[in-house]
Amino acid sequence: MSDKTIYAIYDDDYVLLESAKHIVDKGIHIRDVFSPFPIHGLDPVIGLKRTRIAIAAFIYGMIGVSLALTGMWFFMIHDWPMNIGGKPNFSLMNNLPTFVPITFEFGVLCAAHGMAITYMLRNWTLPGMKGRNPYPRTTDDRFVMEIHTHDNDMDEEGIKALLNETYVLEIDVKNP
Amino acid sequence: MEFTISNKAKLTTLILVVVGLASLLLGIFTSHGHHMSQQLWANLLVNGYFFFTISLAALFFIALQYVSEMAWGVTTQRVFQAIMAFMPIGAVVLLIVFAASSMHWNHLYHWMADGVMDPASENYDKLIHGKEGYLNQPFFWVRTLLYIAVWIYFARWFRKKSLEEDKLELNGATSPIYGKAIFKGVLFIAFFAYTSSSSAWDWIMAIDVHWFSTMFGWYCFSGMWVSMMIVAVVLVQYLKRNGYMKEVNSSHIHDLGKWMFAISCLWSYIWFSQFMLIWYSNIPEEVTYYVQRFEDYQLLYLGTFCVNFFLPFFVLMSRDAKRNGIFLVPIALIVFIGHWVDVLVMVLPGTMFEHGGLGAIEIGMFLTFLGVFIYTVLRALSKAPLMTKNHPMYDESLHLHH
Repeated sequence: MSDKTIYAIYDDDYVLLESAKHIVDKGIHIRDVFSPFPIHGLDPVIGLKRTRIAIAAFIYGMIGVSLALTGMWFFMIHDWPMNIGGKPNFSLMNNLPTFVPITFEFGVLCAAHGMAITYMLRNWTLPGMKGRNPYPRTTDDRFVMEIHTHDNDMDEEGIKALLNETYVLEIDVKNP
Repeated sequence: MEFTISNKAKLTTLILVVVGLASLLLGIFTSHGHHMSQQLWANLLVNGYFFFTISLAALFFIALQYVSEMAWGVTTQRVFQAIMAFMPIGAVVLLIVFAASSMHWNHLYHWMADGVMDPASENYDKLIHGKEGYLNQPFFWVRTLLYIAVWIYFARWFRKKSLEEDKLELNGATSPIYGKAIFKGVLFIAFFAYTSSSSAWDWIMAIDVHWFSTMFGWYCFSGMWVSMMIVAVVLVQYLKRNGYMKEVNSSHIHDLGKWMFAISCLWSYIWFSQFMLIWYSNIPEEVTYYVQRFEDYQLLYLGTFCVNFFLPFFVLMSRDAKRNGIFLVPIALIVFIGHWVDVLVMVLPGTMFEHGGLGAIEIGMFLTFLGVFIYTVLRALSKAPLMTKNHPMYDESLHLHH
């Protein structure tokens, strides 16, 4: 049996959330939800794992901090010691306060850019890429659940019947 | 639900006071005596200021909650009200210290000494004389009494009206007190914006009378704010563990943790900015403050910064740590001591010079004040229900979730 994709279209985020709860209670697995904005409380209902982007951001930040310190040590201390206002130019430690603002800024820069790029790569939404959302109106005023028959024990008709118990606007089935 | 102070809590505060007094006496009898009186007065100022400003910051936070129409904090509002309760005791301690300074019973404020402003005297100091327009006894007392009187007026008003609000019969209407409280909050914050800085100049910065820093007011302000958030975090954890405050959920705990984390960063930012600008420009009249601290108080001074910044920054950065008492409480307690040491190192170098340090007298005085402070706060907490009624945002706060 081939995998069929069922799209259930809603026009309200709260209705979608309640409907998702209803069909998840009946044992249906929801593959994904497309919506114009994040829906509060939806993640645990459809079983999304907590994002690990915070950990990635921390690592990028630390990389930025190390890069900045290494760079400034090389430019200002090691390669060409610069005497600015008589500040100690023979060691990084003794001159550290001077370098803190730039280290901080560079850490933030790396964390922010790294986080944004990781996010876009992970979602495959780099600039210029074609959108992969099944319904363009999910960027405006529609909320869509994507359910695969392969993920579930129930067949297409059963899932449709369950969805019809909710305030669904339209159900659309796509064959692969 | 009404809170009652358990016998265990009473005993703990009593033990703190007894151990504190014992340590204080031990310190007095084993010390060599030259600077004893000065040391006691300096410590009274440290602890009076530290614990008074914690209460003051709670008042500020309540005013801020009203002004910003903050909803999440309504379930913990009584905790902040209870923390305000130490204000009168702290104020009395501070006033005693200042009165003693005025009467030359101690030498905390060099500008109050005889002859400093008199060109004929051998104590004459031209630089201090130049500041006479601001640093003179009558004006100092007008300012001090004004700050304390106005702050305590607002503290009493917010507490009284909150208790009155509980008794209202509203039948669905919005509490009339809420709008008034927002207005009072605006007035208080406008007043506090100036006086939080100027009180720090008058009471603390004037110790190092030749020195000045435009960031000093903010430095003290962020310090008192983070110490107060720590007290609130620990108190809420304590109440929850003892079965009170069922209404406070993990999102409230998370928000309190976020405040503690954020204000720790604010304090570190201001500490470092003040230090770096002075270090970089290296002007003799500014840099003396740091020279003194680096020569005689290096471990306490730099250690405090490391503890107060790196510990909360790295441990409390993750979301899970901010929601979990196992991380929150130990970090909070360590950083609380860190901020007390911070106030200690604001006061001691200018009053005890190279003879100051962290000894039995300092620890004893701290524990005594801590015991009294905890008991006062718990007693205030037991005098009213733990949850406010009729606050328009109460229901929204109950459903806080993120």
